[in-house]
Amino acid sequence: MSGQLSYLGIPLVRPKVGFFELSSCEGCQLQLLNNEATLLDFLNLVEIVNFREGMSERADTYDIAFVEGSVTRKDEITRLTEIRKHAKILVALGSCACFGGVNQLKNRFRDLDWVKKEVYGDFPIETMEVHPLADFVQVDLEIFGCPIKKEEVERIVTDLVVGKTVRHPEYPVCMECKANENICLFELGEPCLGPVTRAGCDAWCTSNRRGCWGCRGPAEGANLNQMKEIMHIYGFSNEILLDRLECFGGFASFADTVRSQNKKTPARKKKS
Amino acid sequence: MIFKVFKKQELARLYELLAVNIIVGPVNRGNDRNSNPLYDFDVVYDFDELALDYTQTMHSPKRFVLPYQETLSSFVMTHDGWEKHVDLNVYKPLVFFGMHACDINALNKLDLVLAQSTYPNPYYMGKRKNLFIIGLDCDPEPQCFCRSMGTDSAVHGFDLFLTDLGNKYFVEILSATAFDLLSQISCKDPSAKDHALYKQITGKKSKGYTAAVETSDLTKILDLEFESKAWDYWGDKCLSCGTCANVCPTCYCYGVDEHIDLDLKHAGKTKSLHSCNLIDFAKVAGGHNFRPTSASRLKYRYYHKHRGFVEAFEEPLCVGCGRCGAACLADITPPAVIASVRGEE
Repeated sequence: MSGQLSYLGIPLVRPKVGFFELSSCEGCQLQLLNNEATLLDFLNLVEIVNFREGMSERADTYDIAFVEGSVTRKDEITRLTEIRKHAKILVALGSCACFGGVNQLKNRFRDLDWVKKEVYGDFPIETMEVHPLADFVQVDLEIFGCPIKKEEVERIVTDLVVGKTVRHPEYPVCMECKANENICLFELGEPCLGPVTRAGCDAWCTSNRRGCWGCRGPAEGANLNQMKEIMHIYGFSNEILLDRLECFGGFASFADTVRSQNKKTPARKKKS
Repeated sequence: MIFKVFKKQELARLYELLAVNIIVGPVNRGNDRNSNPLYDFDVVYDFDELALDYTQTMHSPKRFVLPYQETLSSFVMTHDGWEKHVDLNVYKPLVFFGMHACDINALNKLDLVLAQSTYPNPYYMGKRKNLFIIGLDCDPEPQCFCRSMGTDSAVHGFDLFLTDLGNKYFVEILSATAFDLLSQISCKDPSAKDHALYKQITGKKSKGYTAAVETSDLTKILDLEFESKAWDYWGDKCLSCGTCANVCPTCYCYGVDEHIDLDLKHAGKTKSLHSCNLIDFAKVAGGHNFRPTSASRLKYRYYHKHRGFVEAFEEPLCVGCGRCGAACLADITPPAVIASVRGEE
């Protein structure tokens, strides 16, 4: 780590950052370490004081806390509250932290004890309904995606260090997909949530001919009713639409609406 | 205008003569879910890659003169300032092999704004001036309403224009470069029979349109119908996804983003094509959004194309290619929108 950080001759503070994980695959943190080409520049920009995936040392003296994962156990609430106390800025890193992520799929089962038995059998652990971080603490910034896009995180971290406003694209994935001159997946007979999902991933999946599953959550003002209409026009059932809407949790409230119109699926358990 | 005819097999020779340059043309990109072929423009490396019998390409040729994303300038920070580098991103001339009249006219319309205005855009000019365009005749498709826009034939903006007469091509020559080039292949002056055949084919094309937009007094009617309920109807359907603008051969609106590299030693300014349908298109500093509803954004897209541009340049900013409607998942098409605003649906 070299000396004083500066940009255009103006000295900058190198923020102390910590990376934490609640219930998650830790894939978002791995994404950051994956980028060997820019890793040294990234490490020069921030002072990492806590990062289980990358180092053994631990300290609680951080300015920015990046928290990956969702809350699925009571002790995680305590841990998250502690992290919030230490951090000036708390960042929800990835879809689990922002919306509950893949973990929240279990919320759609009415009987969570049955879920526990199915998964853990005779070795039960303490687990509850899945929550995003914002259900318990104030979240200052969300970084969407499953996994996060490292280029996007690097841009956001640079913006934080130089004091620039962090902005997310407000429009849907279609915009970036068309700019990549992809063939529309509906044209190829594939369902896709691109028309309603927040962009910023540079149409990562659809550029590889995989329909969007909405991991980044809804775009601003997403036209969800029209999305439903389009799925029907292209011959996809409510079940196929629900599979995608429910997958990452970003569309949870609209999924509730669709499910209530679709009697075949059990109703979502109301939050207590 | 100089006219010539040449036998079809001469076209491959013409290609070989031009192949010292980068050649862009229509290529097949597989089939859609109903087994209909899909086409797009791309760089080709062999004459046989060209799909000259193509129906409309999914995306317009605009990215070759107006990329979706382009670095306008890059900066290297030094200890007491910075160095600025500008690259117009033009490296070699480009040959367009087989462009339909609508797309040629679209480039002519982009010229009005980006090349012939008070402040020409050097990034566009650099690429536009380095094009050699071979036009190609086409048959009207269900989405085509170019005839309503007056863009069903191209009168300028190309070097050569080919019309398929069966076993030969009827050629219109518009540039000295094209004339010199044709002297290297076997060409003839067209006979009276060729003239008759040409008129027969173009006459048949003009009768083949199924889609149309009524343009009479459209600028005034759009003004009168500013508060029309039709805008809300289409606004409710609109996904605000920007697809229409991205596939449009004449949409040129853009945003500029400045970024600093992770090493804090480099920075850049990037231009990205934007769309007036996107929710943040009219959002300004301080957070106010002048067009918060999708209906108002969609309306202004039509106002720019069929009112404002017509008043400024006496022609619409639309060539009637119908790509926007064909690509719109919500099935919003200009003929339907304009008919409903006129109260004709």
